[in-house]
Amino acid sequence: MTAVSQTATPPRATVQGDAVPMVSIRGVGKSFGTNEVLRDIDLTVNKSEVVCLIGPSGSGKSTLLRCINFLEVYDRGEIRIEGKLVGYSDETPRRRLSNRDLRSLRRNVGMVFQQFNLWPHMTALENVAEALVQVRGMDKAAAAAHARRMLDRVGLAAKADAYPARLSGGQQQRVAIARVIAMEPHLMLFDEPTSALDPELVGEVLQVMRDLAADGMTMVVVTHEMGFAANVADKVAFLDRGRIAAFGTPREVFHESTEPRVQQFLQTYHERNSF
Amino acid sequence: MLDFALLVQYGPALLRGFGVTILCWGAGCLIGMALGFVLMLLRQLPVKPLRWIIRAYIEVIRGTPFLIQLFLLYSGGPSIGLRLEATTAGILGLGIYGSAYFAEIFRAGYQAVPKGQVEAALSLGMSYGSILRRVIVPAMLVSTIPAIVNMMAILTKETVVLSIITVPELMYEMQTMAAETFATFETILGMALFYWLLVEVVSRLGRRLEARATRFLTHASPQGSSSETATARA
Repeated sequence: MTAVSQTATPPRATVQGDAVPMVSIRGVGKSFGTNEVLRDIDLTVNKSEVVCLIGPSGSGKSTLLRCINFLEVYDRGEIRIEGKLVGYSDETPRRRLSNRDLRSLRRNVGMVFQQFNLWPHMTALENVAEALVQVRGMDKAAAAAHARRMLDRVGLAAKADAYPARLSGGQQQRVAIARVIAMEPHLMLFDEPTSALDPELVGEVLQVMRDLAADGMTMVVVTHEMGFAANVADKVAFLDRGRIAAFGTPREVFHESTEPRVQQFLQTYHERNSF
Repeated sequence: MLDFALLVQYGPALLRGFGVTILCWGAGCLIGMALGFVLMLLRQLPVKPLRWIIRAYIEVIRGTPFLIQLFLLYSGGPSIGLRLEATTAGILGLGIYGSAYFAEIFRAGYQAVPKGQVEAALSLGMSYGSILRRVIVPAMLVSTIPAIVNMMAILTKETVVLSIITVPELMYEMQTMAAETFATFETILGMALFYWLLVEVVSRLGRRLEARATRFLTHASPQGSSSETATARA
C-alpha cells in the first residue's frame, strides 16, 4: 500500500481559502550521494491537523521534516506550504529562492529540535524575544512583554531570567516551544522533541504539545512516542527506507495495517517498552 | 653595584617609550583582530580562489619572521610607492602579523559554534547578519577568549621588534639609555619588568573578560537539580 493523500487536485498558489492544504508534498526525493534517503514521498497536511511521522531510525523521518522548512535541500518533487513552493522559485523551475524569500517563508513555520537549540548566552526571556525583535521588528519592550506571555503559556513565567544552563531539559524544550509560538507560526515542525529528555521530563513537553494541538495548531511531529501519536495525531505516516510505507488515522496504522514492516516495528516497540 | 637611579633619571623617556609600546600594541591588536575577522568571514564564502588566496596569506605571514615582514613593509614599501612613517609601519606591521593568527583563532571559533543554534535562528527567519551578530559571535567569544588573550600577550612582546625600524617605543628608549650609560644590566632588568607588567595586566584583564563572557555557563547543573538553588538565590 502506498501513501494516500486526501486532496485530489494539485494545489496551486492561486487556490483560495481552506482548500489550500497547509503542507503539500508531491513526489519528493532526496539523495546523499548514491544513498537515496527519500523516495517519491506524497503527503498532505491540512490546517489544524496533527501528523506524526514514525518509523525506524534512518528511515528518513527527520530528513523529510527538515525539507519542509528547507533546512535540508530536496532534489526531486515539490513541497508547498500554503500553496507557496518551498526553497525554489515558482516561475523558474529548480531555481533556488533568494535568502529573503526563504526567510519570509520560514517565519511562518516554527521548528522545535531534539536538542532544544536554545542560545546559551541569552536568558529564557531573551531567547523568546530575540526573533520578535530581529525578524518581526518589534521594539524591545513590546517583544519582552510578548515573550513573557509566551513563557507563561508554557508554564515557565517564573524562569524568565534563567539562562538555559540552569533549566532542566524539559524546561529548555518548553522555552524552545515558547520561542516558536511567539512568532505565531501557521505550522510547527517537531523533530523528536522528547528524545533527548529524561523519561520523567517527557510528560511536561507532551502536555504543552497537546495543548497546542487542542488550540488548532497545525503540527508535523517526528516522534518515537507512540502513545502521543495514537492519542493526539489525526494522521500517522510510517516511513521505512525513505518511503511512506503506511499512512492513515492512528487506528488504521496501529491496528488495521497489514503492512509487515509496520507490524514488525510496533512489535519491537512493544517488546522494548514492556517489562 | 647596580645603579637603579639611572632608571629614575631616564624615567620620562622610558615612560614615553612605554606609552608608544602600548599604543602600537593596542592599535596593532585592533587592526589584527578586525582584519582577522574579515578574513575568517571571507573564507566562509563558497569562492574557491578567494579561499586559496586567504590561505596563502595566512601561511606566508605565519611562516616568515615578523622582522622580515616589517623590513619589507618599511624598507621595501617605498619601492612600490608605499612610504610609511616608522610608527605607522610598525602598527600596520603588527596588525598584519596578528591578523593571520587571529583569522585562525576565529575560524576555529566559528567552526565550534553548535550547528543547531544557527539552525534554530534560520528556522525563525533570522537573516545571516542577525545570526552572525546575535548568535555566532557571542558563541565564538566563549570558546576563543583564552586564545585571543594569549595572542595579545604574545603581541606585547613582538613590539620590541619595532625598535629596529626606529619606532621610539620602550625597547628603543632602553637601548638609547644603555648606549649612553653602559648600564646594560639595569636596562635589561628594567625592560623585562615593563613587559612583564604589561603581559600581567593583559592576562588578568583576559581572565576577567573570560569570566564575564562565560557567566551564563557557570552554576550550570544537570537537569532538575538546579531548580532549588535557583529559587533560593532569586
